[in-house]
Amino acid sequence: MNALYVVAIGSVPEPALQWAEEAAAEWFPLPLKRLSALAIPEAAYDTKRRQYQSIEIMKMMAQSAPRDAVRVLGITDADLAIPVLSFLFGQAQLNGPIALVSLCRLHQEFYGLPADLQLLRERTVKEVLHELGHTFGLTHCSQRECAMSLATHIQGVDAKSDRYCARCGLQLVDRVASL
Amino acid sequence: MKKNWPILVVDDEDVMCESMAAWLREDGYRVDTAPNGLKALELTKATDYVICFIDLKMPGMDGIETMMEIRRIRPEASVIIITAYATVDTAIQAMKEGAQEYIVKPCNPQEISMLVSRIMKFRKLQSENAILRKKLSRQYRHHDIITKNSRMQEILALTQDIASLRSTVLIRGESGTGKELVARAIHFSGSRAEKPFIAVSCAALTETLLESELFGYEKGAFTGAAAQAKGKFELADGGTIFLDEIGDISGKLQADLLRVLQERRFYRVGGNEEVEVDVRIIAATNKNLAEEVQQGRFREDLYYRLNVIEICLPPLRERREDIPLLAEHFVQRICSELGKDVGSISGPALNLLIAYDWPGNVRELENVIERAIVTCRNGMLDDQDFAWLQKQATHSQNWEVPDVPLDELERRAIIAALERKHGNVKEASSALGIDRSTLYDKLKRYAIVH
Repeated sequence: MNALYVVAIGSVPEPALQWAEEAAAEWFPLPLKRLSALAIPEAAYDTKRRQYQSIEIMKMMAQSAPRDAVRVLGITDADLAIPVLSFLFGQAQLNGPIALVSLCRLHQEFYGLPADLQLLRERTVKEVLHELGHTFGLTHCSQRECAMSLATHIQGVDAKSDRYCARCGLQLVDRVASL
Repeated sequence: MKKNWPILVVDDEDVMCESMAAWLREDGYRVDTAPNGLKALELTKATDYVICFIDLKMPGMDGIETMMEIRRIRPEASVIIITAYATVDTAIQAMKEGAQEYIVKPCNPQEISMLVSRIMKFRKLQSENAILRKKLSRQYRHHDIITKNSRMQEILALTQDIASLRSTVLIRGESGTGKELVARAIHFSGSRAEKPFIAVSCAALTETLLESELFGYEKGAFTGAAAQAKGKFELADGGTIFLDEIGDISGKLQADLLRVLQERRFYRVGGNEEVEVDVRIIAATNKNLAEEVQQGRFREDLYYRLNVIEICLPPLRERREDIPLLAEHFVQRICSELGKDVGSISGPALNLLIAYDWPGNVRELENVIERAIVTCRNGMLDDQDFAWLQKQATHSQNWEVPDVPLDELERRAIIAALERKHGNVKEASSALGIDRSTLYDKLKRYAIVH
């Protein structure tokens, strides 16, 4: 059976990869595999903005995906952006195999606050579920507490839960089963 | 819902188009991209975009020029100009030329998310407003069902009872008896009232035209199909579709319609993607569909699918008591529309109208009143204003009563009604203005074999 791969993009703390794997294992009944860490492509770096273009990283992930990969979830500490937006918590291909989550703005330190490992874990799990949900065709959900609700700031991430609402959950089960 | 509100992103930088489209798709929107103004115009001709994000600086046709052309093709589209360099002059020019917003990249995700959601809400309100306006005007017409006839009142009560059901309704009645008005009464009294009511006259179009009219078509499906178009079924999604003169559709369309009734899905002409709709179907005909089925001209399975709830509208000659009421109503309404000052209808004129047989039913009465008002020179419509009807009415009034007992007259009337209705007791009883059990009693009494 095809597997869901988790891969570090650049240097990523091991616990964060494990949180991602645990979250994926809980919701997606697919064989879980770890891919060797991938370096962030130079082309992704925007010198003016000192950020990384998510599209370039996702292209690289797609090229590096093993044959048996049904989904590839990248975890990075890089600050992600796209040309029109100032930042992204993550990005995914809707109904596609690639999902990418950035830890950069999930750290409390990014906002000048003391580190909080538990909070970082919760935020990471929510974003992992959110981006993987997109790869299974789920779009943003209007239920505030659903992991698929759109968060455009860190308070929005904290406001949602680390689970899908009943409607999104059912759609997900259906789509995973049809793989 | 969001899939029905497409967005276009125009930028010569591939990464900008791709990333913006991916971000918007995550929100559930259908997003197309164009690398230049010319491609954007080509796409705009084919699709009714709600929002167009356009980069200001592009080689060849720049953002402002592209915006102006897009707005010429789709004046309703909201254009958002994107630029990396904000200058007051370009911002002013963009807004002057019709841009709804002007954003400087990179901007905060919340800003774009709110902007898109605000425009979408506005568009939704616009579309709801249009539906409500139509509904209001149609509700006015709904009041045209004016009656004190007991059969009509039973029918109106039935329309209330079935209004919120999803079951298909078949309305039968001669031309001009108000089949569409009854269909509207059903729609606007029920839970679908906030959604569209779409009426289609099946007899007015050829088979191929009717097919594309009902199911829509994809771009290139046939010569002249320059853009994708939604059919009446899609437009009526959530609401009601009224298929008038259903007895006139071809065998192929009967099969297509049966599929929609069974599965609530169909393909647009030239399309390979199924479209799912939630539409209540109300069909109407002036034909005897049961007979059409027997003759092999109408599919039996479709007939039973359509005929879940049947409403038979009586012709105006069988509800003559309504003629004065309807005539007064039309006088008031038409005078107000035409700005004429005609107070009422004289007694002799009214008698003339009551005596006439009205083969065109209520619609004919409405037209006759309008014609009389237009030519009327006094403050009241009198029999001279209906002189052209007089000849036929006089003929009707001068009907020679045979010198026979009253029972014999009744027996002959029953036989004549049964003959006119091809032996259908239900229809014959309606025509005679009596209920079925009374007619059966009389058939027994007069030993009439039918």
